[in-house]
Amino acid sequence: MSGHVFHPGHDDLHGITVVLETATGKTVIGRWHERVEKGVVLHDAALHEPGSQQTRDDFVTRSLKFGVKPEHRTLVVTDELVSVRKLADL
Amino acid sequence: MAYPDLMTRPMREEVTRLGIQELKTPAEVDAVIGAGEGTMLVFVNSVCGCAAGGARPALSLALQSQVKPAKSVSVFAGVDTEATQRARSFFSDYQPSSPSMAILKDGEVVHFVHRHQIEGKHPQQIAAELVAAFEKHCG
Repeated sequence: MSGHVFHPGHDDLHGITVVLETATGKTVIGRWHERVEKGVVLHDAALHEPGSQQTRDDFVTRSLKFGVKPEHRTLVVTDELVSVRKLADL
Repeated sequence: MAYPDLMTRPMREEVTRLGIQELKTPAEVDAVIGAGEGTMLVFVNSVCGCAAGGARPALSLALQSQVKPAKSVSVFAGVDTEATQRARSFFSDYQPSSPSMAILKDGEVVHFVHRHQIEGKHPQQIAAELVAAFEKHCG
């Protein structure tokens, strides 16, 4: 099953919960749906912005332990990405 | 969005044939999970093929273990929504995701498997991690 893409036509990350870091300092965690011209479409995503009261590390650690808070049913990340990692790999 | 019974029935049956009791109403959830005694696995089933397609076979493998929860139940996210919502109230510290699994001991969550811990893994790997949790908490 590893690497198996259930839905034809989607890329390898489809359905996988990812951590995106953007060039603008945002960290976004959500379930990768697809890459489109404007950016990356995530479902059930949570967003951490620079300057937030919660640290970025705490945001990621809590998401790992307690799950991803689905703040955005669908979110299109349009910023330039500096890293894409699977949450489970952190 | 309501999923047709024709689509979801095989997914239900893949779980119930393992001896897992499906809870379809909040009342059933309260009666079983609310009783809160001993060890119990709560499986949040899902129509998502990406993750649930690995989770259900993993359950089948893990429940062959000598050490396992005294009782196993399931609710079906996106299908039996009220029952799922009520079940999640018993592990409300954890964000909702499906598929997911909670191991309860005397009503307290002692282990939780999020969707992100299931995605992309072989059923054997998911099962091995579940069995390790069974041995830790249900022995």
